Amino acid sequence: MDHTTNHTTAKAPLNDPLDAPLLDVQDLTVDVLSRSGAAQRVVHGVSFTLHEEETLALIGESGSGKSISAMAVMGLLPATTARVGGSARHRGTDLLTLPEDQFRALRGRRIAMVFQDALSALNPTLTVGFQIAETIRAHEGVGRREARARAVELMARVRIPDPALRYRDHPHQFSGGMRQRIMIAMAVALSPDVLIADEPTTALDVTVQAQIMELLAELREETGSALLLITHDLGLAAGTADRVAIMYAGRILEQAPVQELYDRPAHPYTRGLLAAVPRLAGDTDDLTPIPGTPPGPGLLPAGCAFHPRCPDVGERCATQEPMLLPALPDPPARLVACHYPLEVSGAR
Amino acid sequence: MPDDVPTGAPLVETGVPLLEARGLVKHYRSGGLPLGGRRRATVKAVDGVDLTLRRGSTLGLVGESGCGKSTLTRLLMALDRPTSGTVLVEGRDLLALPSAELRRRRRDIQLVMQDPYTSLDPRMTALEIVREPLDIHRDLMPKKERASWAHELLHMVGLDPGHAHRHPHQFSGGQRQRLGIARALALRPKILVCDEPVSALDVSVQAQVINLFKELQREFGLSYVFIAHDLAVVRHVADEVAVMYLGRIVEHGDRDTVYSRPAHPYTRALLSAVPDPDPRGRGATGRIVLQGDPPSPTRPPTGCAFHTRCWKSEEICVDQQPVPTPESAVGRRQVSCHFPEN
Amino acid sequence: MTDAALSPEKLGAQGTSTEASYQAPQGTWHELRRRPVFLLTGGCALLLLLLAAAPGLFAGWFGHGDPTVCELGHSAEGPAPGHPFGYDVQGCDLYANVIHGAGASLGVGLLATGLGLAVALVLGCLAGMAGRIVDSVIARITDVFLGFPFLLGAIVVLNSFTTRDVPTVAGVLALFGWPTMTRVVRASVRSVREADYVVMARSLGASQWFIVRRHVLPNALTPVLVLATITVGGVIVAEAALTFLGVGLQPPSISWGLQLAGAQNSFQTHPHLLIFPGLFLSFTVFVLITFGDTVRDALDPRGR
Repeated sequence: MDHTTNHTTAKAPLNDPLDAPLLDVQDLTVDVLSRSGAAQRVVHGVSFTLHEEETLALIGESGSGKSISAMAVMGLLPATTARVGGSARHRGTDLLTLPEDQFRALRGRRIAMVFQDALSALNPTLTVGFQIAETIRAHEGVGRREARARAVELMARVRIPDPALRYRDHPHQFSGGMRQRIMIAMAVALSPDVLIADEPTTALDVTVQAQIMELLAELREETGSALLLITHDLGLAAGTADRVAIMYAGRILEQAPVQELYDRPAHPYTRGLLAAVPRLAGDTDDLTPIPGTPPGPGLLPAGCAFHPRCPDVGERCATQEPMLLPALPDPPARLVACHYPLEVSGAR
Repeated sequence: MPDDVPTGAPLVETGVPLLEARGLVKHYRSGGLPLGGRRRATVKAVDGVDLTLRRGSTLGLVGESGCGKSTLTRLLMALDRPTSGTVLVEGRDLLALPSAELRRRRRDIQLVMQDPYTSLDPRMTALEIVREPLDIHRDLMPKKERASWAHELLHMVGLDPGHAHRHPHQFSGGQRQRLGIARALALRPKILVCDEPVSALDVSVQAQVINLFKELQREFGLSYVFIAHDLAVVRHVADEVAVMYLGRIVEHGDRDTVYSRPAHPYTRALLSAVPDPDPRGRGATGRIVLQGDPPSPTRPPTGCAFHTRCWKSEEICVDQQPVPTPESAVGRRQVSCHFPEN
Repeated sequence: MTDAALSPEKLGAQGTSTEASYQAPQGTWHELRRRPVFLLTGGCALLLLLLAAAPGLFAGWFGHGDPTVCELGHSAEGPAPGHPFGYDVQGCDLYANVIHGAGASLGVGLLATGLGLAVALVLGCLAGMAGRIVDSVIARITDVFLGFPFLLGAIVVLNSFTTRDVPTVAGVLALFGWPTMTRVVRASVRSVREADYVVMARSLGASQWFIVRRHVLPNALTPVLVLATITVGGVIVAEAALTFLGVGLQPPSISWGLQLAGAQNSFQTHPHLLIFPGLFLSFTVFVLITFGDTVRDALDPRGR
């Protein structure tokens, strides 16, 4: 997909100029506040753009700030424990400065989220059908009967067998995979144009994961919504995403179209990740790990956050933080935050 | 690998195997009170497993949640008594020994657990954790030598012995798993049973720990039972692979055979479902996406347990439980399927 | 395969450069030290203990400080120079009496709680670690004792004693105080027993006794110690109530309960007789309960 030009799609924008991107996050920062009021920065100026109908994967290890960035964009971080800075514009409207009631109306209708843990995201005391129907009723003010019919239809669309019967079941009566389908049904109930999926299959078995990813891809195709996939799994992103952003210690280190990123990683961290991941093909010699441990949020190294673990560390790395800038071989699609990006002219 | 060239030892070792499971069955009763009105269901967690671990090799055990991996771990470790069948460590049934002798013999077979956060006592220091096995088996080493051996172990697994007095919460996940490995090595065991030892770790750290396992094996000639759900990880450590489905082993063979030419439809589906970290593989033909969830072990299907999700299923699969094929029939492996691939 | 030797440099690459940058989560003690409420109530609790252990240090601040030196002529007089709390009905210095009363109140509180705790630890560990039959028996006995109304039970038992000093009252209160603590011990023992590190120790060949000593007790102790702190406050109130009702401590013991009991007929005319012992009693109980709550909040990760 050519992401460098803006898409003009059949879907009319709400009220903003046609050229405003679907979701444009600029310089997002998140400070987590401790009880004593001390602030700790966990997201350090993250910027990315999600275009119409595309899938962008945000890849990072635990503690890289990927999930908390998504929560910040969704406005789901409680103001008492987190402070969010920067901007997140949905078709030109900055979500972060939107009054809560307007944001609430937008959430679900324009932007929806699928969480990792469907069991805790669903209310255990209510039937799943009721929960889906409530989502529809809350936003569209339709009658009980119509909401119910649409909920059953949605359950069928996410391939839940006997939807009319299972409408009356409670979350614990479903398997993990089925619960995740219900979460997805709730997320797509109002045909949002942005779907944020936060580790949607991490809790699931590999055969069920394959089913869920297939379902997400199909629904995305049908509805034409864009997908922001938050994951730690390089394989999952490779199979789904159009573009990929690699996060580390609260920053984006590299961003590129999927094939380019996997074929010719420009950032040493990306290359390290790709070398460290066990594969089903190729030799089975020792893997090449990245030495060390990701830094905790409290004690980030000066300069580039990755430099203590970097094999190609240079003199500037310890003092100067690199900016995320267009880089060879495919600017402007590829952005890299590294003083000494890898020679990517040759193939891997 | 060509079929006609036998490259490794046979699956069944001659002589006394290091670790052997024979007809292992474990049924649990679940639900209902002893005198309650509700009917109690029997969970067939492990339902007839035969395994052999060869000296110096790694047996990978793969399966999805609920397939009985964890129960099998507990049985192999003699932490639970099987409903029937035996586990033999060097030909000896540990559970048949008197309890003091059983506790002594446990030193040969050690466990590495999945969760590096819950498997370490939060109140103990790194040194105390690694030394604990020696405090239990006090006859092995005089008290004075234990601390220095513990320091050596920390060094061996790549931890800074200078951090010996830190508590688990002061270590990262990968470092905690190294601590767990150091503890498991303290008694110089012959076998390590590793229950999902790297699945809680991030990719970059996971590779460090996988390499550590391999280096320790080369150094000490350890044998591993490596239990995992991640087929890509298992491929990097195992010499032999056994695939479990609903309490049974459906396919068992040497790694290259199982990965390159899976014979059981479930193995094929499992391999096909692993996300490939290469976008080129996208849209490749022949990708198998199974429908439905694994059935509940309280009510396993009749015949072949996999027939409810299998695309090759026929009448015989519903009626008859397949018996493992002889080793030679389909390459160097055993498969329990009426219609195996070749 | 050439590199057969374990090279710590390679394996342990993480041991050097970035180790220090991994941030350790802060411990409970660290968390507690930064809470003003903890420091304040902890300080007050220490002060009260000192008061109970060595009343002589405080009693003589204003007058002679001897609670037994009484002048009937001053009976129930209000505060006067040298006697900041006034006199009691017997004409004894009320300040000195209140200070000396701390000993009995805290003594009963600590002794009863200590006894109950000891019983709870033994029975709780037994119930948590032993088989289902032992567990059920202990659970039923606990239920029976929990079924007694605490105060009513204590009244009935205490009535059968002719002399009631600190150990007897403490013993009777402990008799009705152990069940709650036993339940807490049993619950935490059971949760620790299921912990991965205990399974680990079993697989290492550890004996039951080793596991209890090394893992179960240290980890199960904290929650019940917190409960015990709160229980001390409750026991002190119970002692005062029993004494007030005439079935608790008897003179010549000096306790806040006795002082309150003595004030019951004249508190409308001489309110200071009620107010000063009452203030000390309430303050002590408040300090202990707040202290326990603060520690519990810090220990409970869900509260963070």
